[in-house]
Formats: sequence, C-alpha cells, structure tokens
Amino acid sequence: MTATVEKAPTAGSRGSQPPVPEGATTITVKIRRFNPETDTEPCWESFDVPALPTDRVLNLLHYVKWYLDGTLTFRRSCAHGICGSDAMRINGVNRLACKVLVKDLLAGAGKHTTITVEPIKGLPVHKDLLVDMEPFFEAYRAVKPFLITSGNEPTRERIQSAADRERFDDTTKCILCAACTTSCPVFWSEQRYFGPAAIVNAHRFIFDSRDEGAEERLDILNDVDGVWRCRTTFNCTDACPRGIQVTKAIQEVKRALLFRRV
Amino acid sequence: MASTTASELGTGGAPAREGGSRGGGGTLYRGDLGMWTWVAHRITGVLTFFFLLVHVLDTALVRVSPNAYDKTIELYKNPLVNLMEVGLVGAVLYHALNGIRVMLVDFWSKGPKVQRAMFWVIAGIWLLVMVPGAYFMLARTISELFGGH
Repeated sequence: MTATVEKAPTAGSRGSQPPVPEGATTITVKIRRFNPETDTEPCWESFDVPALPTDRVLNLLHYVKWYLDGTLTFRRSCAHGICGSDAMRINGVNRLACKVLVKDLLAGAGKHTTITVEPIKGLPVHKDLLVDMEPFFEAYRAVKPFLITSGNEPTRERIQSAADRERFDDTTKCILCAACTTSCPVFWSEQRYFGPAAIVNAHRFIFDSRDEGAEERLDILNDVDGVWRCRTTFNCTDACPRGIQVTKAIQEVKRALLFRRV
Repeated sequence: MASTTASELGTGGAPAREGGSRGGGGTLYRGDLGMWTWVAHRITGVLTFFFLLVHVLDTALVRVSPNAYDKTIELYKNPLVNLMEVGLVGAVLYHALNGIRVMLVDFWSKGPKVQRAMFWVIAGIWLLVMVPGAYFMLARTISELFGGH
C-alpha cells in the first residue's frame, strides 16, 4: 500500500488558490515588511492579487496571507470597523483596512493599480504590520479614562440631561485603533506626547457632568507633553475611522485649561 | 516650542526601541491640508528668523562704521537680492496670515470646523497682495536688466 504524503502548506496558509471571481482585476499590493529574526531594516514586497471593486483592503491582505505568503503578519479581529485592531497606513494615510474599499483606490481607466500598505508610524514595529501598542495604551491609561466620583454611591442611576450628554457625545465613539495618534507629526518625533487618542478619552470624561475628576485630568494634560504639544495639523481628524472631530476635542481641552471652564 | 521640524516628516522619527524596528524609509505621510500649512508655517518662520538675524547685523553696522554700512547696503542692490526680498515679503505675509488662522483655530470654537475654508481665504489674500506687490517690487529691476529706459 502506498500513501502519498501531500506537501503541507506553510504556516497560516490555506493552500491552493481559490477560483478568481468574475469581474476581478489584478491589483498589486505593496507591503512594507519587517521580520525581526532576519531583517535589520524593513523592506517592500509586492504581491499580485485578484480583487473585486467591492473588496476591502483587508480582503487583499487575507488573500496574501492565506494563499501567497502565510508569514504575513497583521492584526485584525472583527473586520467590521468596530474593534479597531487593523489600523494601518494605506496609500500613505492611516485607515482601517476593513473600512477601505478597493473601488476607492482604483487607478484611472486602463491603468494598473498599486496599493501600498505600511504599519502605523511612530510605534515600534514587531513584525510586518504589527506594532507595539503599549506606548499608546500607556498614554491612554495615564489620563484616567474611568468615572471618578466622591461621596456615597447613589441608589438610583446618575441622571444627566440630553444637553449635558451632547457635550462629549463625539468623543465616546473612540475605538482605540491608534490611527489618530500615529498620524500626528508631533507624536512621530516625540513619543512622550500623550497623543490625540489619550486626549480624546480625557475629553470624554472631563466634559461629563457626572464625573468629578476633571481638575485632575486637566492637571495631567496641562504639561509640555500634554495638550500644548498639539500643533493643529488636523491629521488626526482626517485619520479617525469613527469621524471624531479629534482636533476640535483637543482645542476644547486647551480652552478649558486656559479659561478654567469645564 | 516643540522639537518637531519639517525635516522629520518623511522619516519615522521614532527612536529604535528594544525588539522593534523604527520603520524608517517608508512613504511620505499624505497628511491633511492642515499638516502642509503647518510645514509651510515652520519653513517661513525659519526663513524670517534668518532674515531678521542678517537685518539686525547689517543695521548694527551703522553704529560701527557708517562707511561699511553704506558698502553693505550697496551690495544688496542687485537682482538676486531683489528676488529674495519678494520671497521675504511672501514668507512674512504667509506666516502672519496663517498665524491668525492658527489663533482662530485655538480660540474660536468654530475654528477647527472651518480651518480649510480659512486656509483658502488666506491663500486668496496672499495672492491678492503678492501679485501686484511682486510687480511693483520687481518692476525697477526688470526695466534695468532688460534696458527698458
């Protein structure tokens, strides 16, 4: 009896390629890669991938990982723009790979499309598109992003008017994807800067009428590496996949500090 | 002021941390219009600083020796310096107008929302001043250079 041993697919790969769907065009995905075990510097690698205009960039990365090169490393979880794990630099700007459609990146009629994908900037790269998020979360934790109150717990819920809720509505949308912080030119060169995301999450509590820790948080952010580092380049507002007016929130914190009015 | 400079834009400025790559040599970040106005604000600021440095030095010369001062000012009367003067007016004007825009973004609650519109307004004012301004500043040099007497 003879048994043929099939060549095992490489780690993470799904083996043979699936049929190319009708209407697909071949797109070059140019990925900034880095393997800490073999490389000293990151380098570019290109893959030709069949893509539908309705595909998301995340689909192209899955195609590369599952059928072309199983060693490609990136984060993704929900793939629906909620978990905030697949922030990366797509064609030069920070976006969530699961929210960018191929049809919005297609080159003009007849021209070949190349999509560049890089890790977000300013955080240490572990491998390929995977960065160390710890400095980002460190800044987030430093602004005390939780309800601070004094006195006895109320027996009923803490009541808030619709107008009071409206004041910080925009900044409750943050999913901590780091697209804003790593789009900031100030953060790229000075990692001690708290960064837009931490300030957004401080804003969410500073302007909450139920919270009593506003003074404490304002003191933390009233620092050379706090809100005053912001140079209003608006890259963060442009990068936010949740449409938060990040720069506006930072400016509101600055004005709260200047005029001591919360 | 912040330690950021325009030259750090293209390269990942992150210092190498243990077990990570600094990820340098990637593409230029295609930032918002606000990022480019900030870059231009920095560049025009530095240019203006160097002008002021030279200007303080040459004006101080009049206290040392009026003769040397006259010679220095005579040195400036050439087409190249005339062109640099136009550049200086352009740089100072941009820096002043964008400075007002930045202040409005800082202190006016609607500022961040209309920052792009405010940029197009200052760009319009800049052109409106610079087109006739450059003409009058360069008219004499051009007529002398090309013999329009």
